[in-house]
Amino acid sequence: MNEDPHGEVAVDEVELSEELAGAGTSVASDDVAEYALRLGDDALILAQQLGWWISRAPELEEDVALGNIGLDLLGHARSLLHYAGTASGRTEDDLAYWRDEREFRCAWLFEQPNGDFAHTIARQLLTSIYLDALYSRLVHSTDPTLAAIAAKAVKEVAYHVDHAEQWMLRLAHGTDESRRRITVALADVWPYLDELFRDDALTERLGDAVVAPSALRAPVTDAVAAILAACDLQAPAVPFAAGGGREGRHSSYLGYHLAELQVLARQHPGASW
Amino acid sequence: MTAWDIAATIVDPEIPVLTIEDLGVLREVVEDGDRVRVDLTPTYSGCPAIDAMRDDVRSALEGAGYREVEVRTVLAPAWTTDWMTEDGKRKLHDYGITPPNARAADGRVALRMAVKCPRCDSLDTREVARFGSTSCKALYECASCLEPFDFFKVL
Repeated sequence: MNEDPHGEVAVDEVELSEELAGAGTSVASDDVAEYALRLGDDALILAQQLGWWISRAPELEEDVALGNIGLDLLGHARSLLHYAGTASGRTEDDLAYWRDEREFRCAWLFEQPNGDFAHTIARQLLTSIYLDALYSRLVHSTDPTLAAIAAKAVKEVAYHVDHAEQWMLRLAHGTDESRRRITVALADVWPYLDELFRDDALTERLGDAVVAPSALRAPVTDAVAAILAACDLQAPAVPFAAGGGREGRHSSYLGYHLAELQVLARQHPGASW
Repeated sequence: MTAWDIAATIVDPEIPVLTIEDLGVLREVVEDGDRVRVDLTPTYSGCPAIDAMRDDVRSALEGAGYREVEVRTVLAPAWTTDWMTEDGKRKLHDYGITPPNARAADGRVALRMAVKCPRCDSLDTREVARFGSTSCKALYECASCLEPFDFFKVL
């Protein structure tokens, strides 16, 4: 490991190469890197969107909650993107700021816009339950770095599930207007759930190093169904969206998120503060 | 003083009564002459305090005469509030933050322990917000003395 003789710590690559030491294999294979990119991009784009709510949520405590959840996700994104970058000699910042839309691998659910508060909560319900199911299984990955990142993330995501569940109950059993809005929001985000459960050649090749997306369908739909039952809401009867994020085909929203996320780094390359 | 003793003086920048030893963030110190390697583990994945702690450990050890200081941050095994020392919990309480009141458990625990007010020791408290001023804390208020307080969440 190269130590920085000047003691400067502004370079993220240096920080995280240290962070992942001791978590096992430090260089990802190309396939594992591609998988880590998918998970890292999901976390990064959702973190970016949740940060928008700070100062705009219905109450101060909720600004703080969504900000904290976003911060957790950003931590997961940093670990995953750093690991993905080890395969190609790129840093987490290279991957976050210097890839174009088609090079991102996030699923469409994570790109769906914040909308009103109900849309953000409906999206939080699906993403948190999915991430909880995913990370709680990825801890058994044969890849020690993926397992270590998952073991840390799963404990944090459990709090995100709680948060989403409590708001689902509150919105569904609140006023007529809150119930109307959460019903609409759920139908709007529901089409993007199916993409998360599609196996492809990559996940098949990776076998026990990853969690087969199809293995998550039952646990996720069961957990969501249990919460919807408590909310006295039905699973929306809407068709699934095409998806394609894992191959770089994205919904129309991703470009706008990336514009906001990347503009500073691209206009002022190397900027630090 | 050993290198461990020196590293163990570094405090959490967000909760300055707690040392990194109290928190369980200081995992391992390996000395070899004037070289030393320190392993830290972050509390939450996104917690920015780890950067400050790493810098502070490095400066303290360099200041104590170590010529080669390597500070690694390790992810596995994942940090848990179970690693917080009893001394650390007492200091947190005295500082006005209720320490973690249960052991971390796999899976969800439906029944929670009451959270005791650090000022008047009342158990008649309620959660205002599960997410507080830092990742590791929740915001509570006491129905007996009416004071708001932070609770260090079980993780």
